[in-house]
Amino acid sequence: MFNNFFHKLASPKYFYRISGNLIPWTAAACLLLVLAGLYYGLLVAPPDYQQGDSYRIMFIHVPAAWMSLFIYMVMAVSGAIGLVWRIKLAEIMAISSAPIGASFTFLALVTGSLWGKPMWGTWWVWDARLTSELILLFLYLGVIALHGAIEDRRTAARAVAILALVGVINIPIIHFSVEWWNTLHQGPTVTRFGKPAIHISMLIPLLLMALAFKLYYVFTVLMRARCELLVREGNAGWARELVAAK
Amino acid sequence: MSLNEFLHMGGYAFYVWTSYGIALLILLANIIAPVRQHRKLLSDISRRTRRERRES
Repeated sequence: MFNNFFHKLASPKYFYRISGNLIPWTAAACLLLVLAGLYYGLLVAPPDYQQGDSYRIMFIHVPAAWMSLFIYMVMAVSGAIGLVWRIKLAEIMAISSAPIGASFTFLALVTGSLWGKPMWGTWWVWDARLTSELILLFLYLGVIALHGAIEDRRTAARAVAILALVGVINIPIIHFSVEWWNTLHQGPTVTRFGKPAIHISMLIPLLLMALAFKLYYVFTVLMRARCELLVREGNAGWARELVAAK
Repeated sequence: MSLNEFLHMGGYAFYVWTSYGIALLILLANIIAPVRQHRKLLSDISRRTRRERRES
């Protein structure tokens, strides 16, 4: 039965229907979490004793940076699944993830810059963390450009998956960059072993925003996947019936 | 805390509000783009179906 469910889910028609039902609920939950995160992050959490109110950029910056890595891994893994088992839906998830991942990477870089200026006195330094995150943005843009350059969707998906897999090497480099090299960027405060080095009043909004961003990714990637599905299968019977039924 | 104080963000208003503003723009853009594309794809399919029905 379980197996059957996944087979059904991987069929375009069922995926289209189930994702269509899932999107509004995920979006609503995401909105609630964002509002709660903003309330706790901007109104409840006290100013930092060193950084004043500037640290509130963290509630955008850190979740965005986490998402930039998480989405890349999702993209690479689903790309690999598409490559090995030729599952159409895996290819679609991979390419649909790219623009969202690029957006979060860009957001992490820009908010980092806006935080760096008042705290470090500079918008940008060529240190390990910042440079490897910039390379991540170029990897995403490379994936998007490569996909756009190849006419045949399935060939494009294969090329994209290989590029994404090669780029995976960058992910541990980003994560450990603050430990391997001397850098202006501070070390991890949440994901390190033991007690997080962050007060609970700041941890709550951070986790709320992180969860909100994760749900945001879920519903926007489904929206994009449905589009990509229609691009590929717009002439198939199920798509025609769907439009005719409206 | 007054509204002015809140907006002032302890002197970091520009950095904080620009960050949140850009985040809002990027997140909204990533919703609007697929919504518009989806609408266009559905209308393309129905146009194609109607045309083929006329031709046959």
